[in-house]
Amino acid sequence: MTTTHDEHSSGVAPPNLLAPGYRRFFTGRGAVIASSLSSVAVVVALVSLFYITPGSSEVRFFFFHLADMGRAFLGDPAKGLSSVGLAFLTNIWMCLLCEIIVLVLGLTFAWVRVSRSAVLLPVRVLVTVYTDLFRGIPIILVIYIVGFGLPALNIGFLSHQSPAVYGCISLIVTYTAYVAEVYRAGLTSVPNGQILAARSLGLTQQATMQRIILPQAVRTVVPPLLNDFISLQKDTALVSTLGAIEATHAAQIYASTEFNFSGYTIAALLFLILTVPLTRFTDQLMSRDRNKRLAQQS
Amino acid sequence: MTSSDILSFINVRKSFGANEVLRGVSLELQRHNVVCLIGSSGSGKSTLLRCANMLETIDGGDITLFGQSLTDPRVDPDLVRRQIGTVFQSFNLFPHLTVLDNLTVGPHYAQRRPLEVVRSEAIELLVRIGLESRAHDFPDRLSGGQQQRVAIARALAMQPALLLLDEVTSALDPSLVGEVLDLLSELADAGTTMLIATHEMGFARDVADRVAFLDQGVLVESGTPSEIFDNPQHPATQLFLQRVR
Repeated sequence: MTTTHDEHSSGVAPPNLLAPGYRRFFTGRGAVIASSLSSVAVVVALVSLFYITPGSSEVRFFFFHLADMGRAFLGDPAKGLSSVGLAFLTNIWMCLLCEIIVLVLGLTFAWVRVSRSAVLLPVRVLVTVYTDLFRGIPIILVIYIVGFGLPALNIGFLSHQSPAVYGCISLIVTYTAYVAEVYRAGLTSVPNGQILAARSLGLTQQATMQRIILPQAVRTVVPPLLNDFISLQKDTALVSTLGAIEATHAAQIYASTEFNFSGYTIAALLFLILTVPLTRFTDQLMSRDRNKRLAQQS
Repeated sequence: MTSSDILSFINVRKSFGANEVLRGVSLELQRHNVVCLIGSSGSGKSTLLRCANMLETIDGGDITLFGQSLTDPRVDPDLVRRQIGTVFQSFNLFPHLTVLDNLTVGPHYAQRRPLEVVRSEAIELLVRIGLESRAHDFPDRLSGGQQQRVAIARALAMQPALLLLDEVTSALDPSLVGEVLDLLSELADAGTTMLIATHEMGFARDVADRVAFLDQGVLVESGTPSEIFDNPQHPATQLFLQRVR
């Protein structure tokens, strides 16, 4: 306590506050150079690691053969090969259709679960059992049960649908359970004070839900809903097990006819083209949300 | 109980589990009356207010609004609450609505009055509280004092018969307390009927027609401000006033 000031005033050199030279390099323009160099180094390392594996040349031939990738993408009707590219359109319409239905059903189910209405009690129990059930069963099993079970039941038009339709039904029942839980978390996250204020104004339970709780809940659940949407897009590939001609199945046909797996690579790339932008967007949304919340706290 | 009573508490009892929060409280509020509830935290002030607008159900006694018992099972709580404006300690403005929409949501969706009428009334109210320029801002852009003034305006927009105010300055920066208390004084001068739970003794002395002291769920003493503050009769009141001074 007595020494610090005395030392400075008595001509002793001030303490060094500068970072050592090598660390100063990593600030400003140095940081850009450093990050580019390290990125290149990592990519080069990974690629060469791949090249020095014993099976590298075979894998390159079976999975990354450009000519096969091109043929798989375009298809070859003469040889009975479906186009992976065209088949991917099936994935797209399936996931869009399912997502719309899932969003509506999920919200309805969540609404039922958080409502306190006495009339809805039996429905509430049913919905709870439903979400427990379908959150717990692996989606592939749901696809088998729906895809092979519904046709076997022999109940009119329900038993005479295409595999893609059964796939969609499976995706919808599974994802509705997930999405209902996401919505429910959002609905219950709205602070109790909001509900008190709304009810104090004389708003009915339903008006409170519609005007006050729901708009606030939807805002908080958009990022997790987008995450589920990304999963749904990927899980459309599982419908291939029922024999629907979507991208994965088309690639399977190509692989078993031509003994080359490059079709799978193409299918994977197509999925990435769809999911990566959405993933980036979701992340951005989440960090914007976090910043906003931090700004509110300060 | 007299015929000019708007709100009467008659021997009201309320427990949360084993915790008896209100032990037989009786209190009347007449038209154009301002009654301040004082007492330490946990004395039951907030619970009493919440019973009045049926956010809590009472275990014993009765509450009447315009002479009608609120314990009558045929009473619709939503209709009761439309007669009573409530302002909270933590404002509880709706963050997803603009200031103007915060004011119109009740009159429009609860009272089902046309939006144009409700909007022009809301703007008049904002002019009255000096915040008409913030009509289209969201609540998080406002200071705490401004938010609480908007919350008061939101309650007034329902044209309620009385206002319940639950420690409305307790969550505010000391520098922002004044603007809210000034607004309440103006309302009192204009004849607004108010039941105010407060820790602001100076304010209670200035605006209250009557002051009621609650201690551990019992209404120990009530009277005019000068009776309570200058000449408290009960030892518990004397002790409380000594400590807050």
